[in-house]
Amino acid sequence: MHPAYSVIFFTTASGAGYGALVWLAIFAATGTVAPTTWTGLAAFAVALGLVTAGLLSSTFHLGHPERAWRALTQWQSSWLSREGVAAVLAYIPTLLFALGWIVFETYQGAWLVAGIATALTALVTVACTGMIYASLRAIPRWTDATVVPVYLVFALASGGALAFTVFAVIASPAPEWAWAVALVIAAAWALKFVYWQRIDTAAPVATAESATGLGGIGRVSLFEAPHTSDNYIMREMGYRIARKHAARLRMIALLLGAAVPVPAFLAAGFLGGIPTAILALAGLAALAAGVLVERWLFFAEAKHAATLFYGTDTV
Amino acid sequence: MTSLPNNAGSKKLGLVIDLDICVGCHACAVNCKEWNTGGHSAPLTDENPYGNDPLGVWFNRVHTFEAGDGANGRTVHFPRSCLHCEEPACVTVCPTGASYKRESDGIVLVNADNCIGCKLCSWACPYGAREYDHADGVMKKCTLCIDRIGNDNLPEQDRVPACVSTCPASARHFGDLGDPNSDVSRLVEERGGYDLMPEMGMKPVNKYLPPRARPVTTAPGAGTQEPAEPVTGSTGSRFLDWVDRALSR
Repeated sequence: MHPAYSVIFFTTASGAGYGALVWLAIFAATGTVAPTTWTGLAAFAVALGLVTAGLLSSTFHLGHPERAWRALTQWQSSWLSREGVAAVLAYIPTLLFALGWIVFETYQGAWLVAGIATALTALVTVACTGMIYASLRAIPRWTDATVVPVYLVFALASGGALAFTVFAVIASPAPEWAWAVALVIAAAWALKFVYWQRIDTAAPVATAESATGLGGIGRVSLFEAPHTSDNYIMREMGYRIARKHAARLRMIALLLGAAVPVPAFLAAGFLGGIPTAILALAGLAALAAGVLVERWLFFAEAKHAATLFYGTDTV
Repeated sequence: MTSLPNNAGSKKLGLVIDLDICVGCHACAVNCKEWNTGGHSAPLTDENPYGNDPLGVWFNRVHTFEAGDGANGRTVHFPRSCLHCEEPACVTVCPTGASYKRESDGIVLVNADNCIGCKLCSWACPYGAREYDHADGVMKKCTLCIDRIGNDNLPEQDRVPACVSTCPASARHFGDLGDPNSDVSRLVEERGGYDLMPEMGMKPVNKYLPPRARPVTTAPGAGTQEPAEPVTGSTGSRFLDWVDRALSR
């Protein structure tokens, strides 16, 4: 699949934003960070800013962005529509949660209920994003059972790193929270590793023989394409990345996304103060780069069944 | 509404394509483009049409495949267009209601006024049947020529999809595949018509008729077949062995 930058940015940015909202609810429930106007403004500006920037960027790649509101209508059948509805609904508890924290400087009682609702709607939205891909039978590797969990745990990992880092810079929370962040980051990459293992060893779902129905005659191969130049399907679905490049990029993703941030956050948990803030910032930067590579690979490695008509042997 | 119709009638309009007869002339693809660039989904935009890298919207494309090896291998011309599936994922993934399956006859269509151009339907289609029009910013696809098949202004024999009317080999047939007694259904029955990629679960309506069986040749070079005779074995006669060696050089 063609790895479109708007979709990569949307899924990573909004994922991190929603994940950060979940952690804000956790921090509120545990009283980790004092509910002041300043901490609230910083945290919600970053989290809601990323969510909103992601949602806006996802409309930029539309042919008709002015009709985007129509995407909220078909939630009964479409995961993309459900994601849109969930994203809009998530703003309601989130803005209430932010109102209590920023304006009234509290997250107790009813405001905490808004915080918990914020976390739940954020997770539902990310799960819907994952289901958009996991529901596409035409891209068999995306239907793997780990796809939705990977989206959720990456949102929690990047959101946790983000929320902790914001507070580490401005509010010096208990540094031990960095260990929780490191744990979730490690879990995210462990699950991603399982996904990579599974897609590498999965049996083909469809073949050039089943796509053409000519397998009874023998092995099927493309003799002549319909046109001498590329078409929309070949450009959108036919993106292919060399296997050795994919292997190298997986290593780069693991180095940036796991090998740097996990020790950084583990160490940050022992220190406190400015050293924790610096380590968290470094860990967050590396994690962001690693997650972008991971998301790029998610699209670039996926093979679409329609390519079977254009020379691919199996998907 | 992108949920599939609950009360779908029994009518399933579709195409039956005879891979035994198709000669790969591309006339169906060209006439499809010709009609539809002025039809329901007009225009079928071409970008950079006279340049080095033209890109354009086509509803029907003719691929050519090789099946089998050696003398038993066959070249099969393979027209591919929307299969108007009974359970089309392209319809149910549509977030806006622009994609729909018509209740009266099962034709899968796009309402271009509601399409936001998110392209998800093209990702959902395993057959590569939907093509995005970058100039219009909406998705386009085969309409089974809804502007021909029910068009009272056309002579009756022309009320078939453009691809069917133009095929010089009569390799394309149009009709109601929901009616077991229709000509197309009987053709499918007689010739063993099949679905493309049934494992995708979309239940395509269009059917393909396989190339007819041919006698298997065992001539030397017939691919995976055993060689007819070992050419270096002894015949028992020195003269014949010499002839054999001489002719084998």
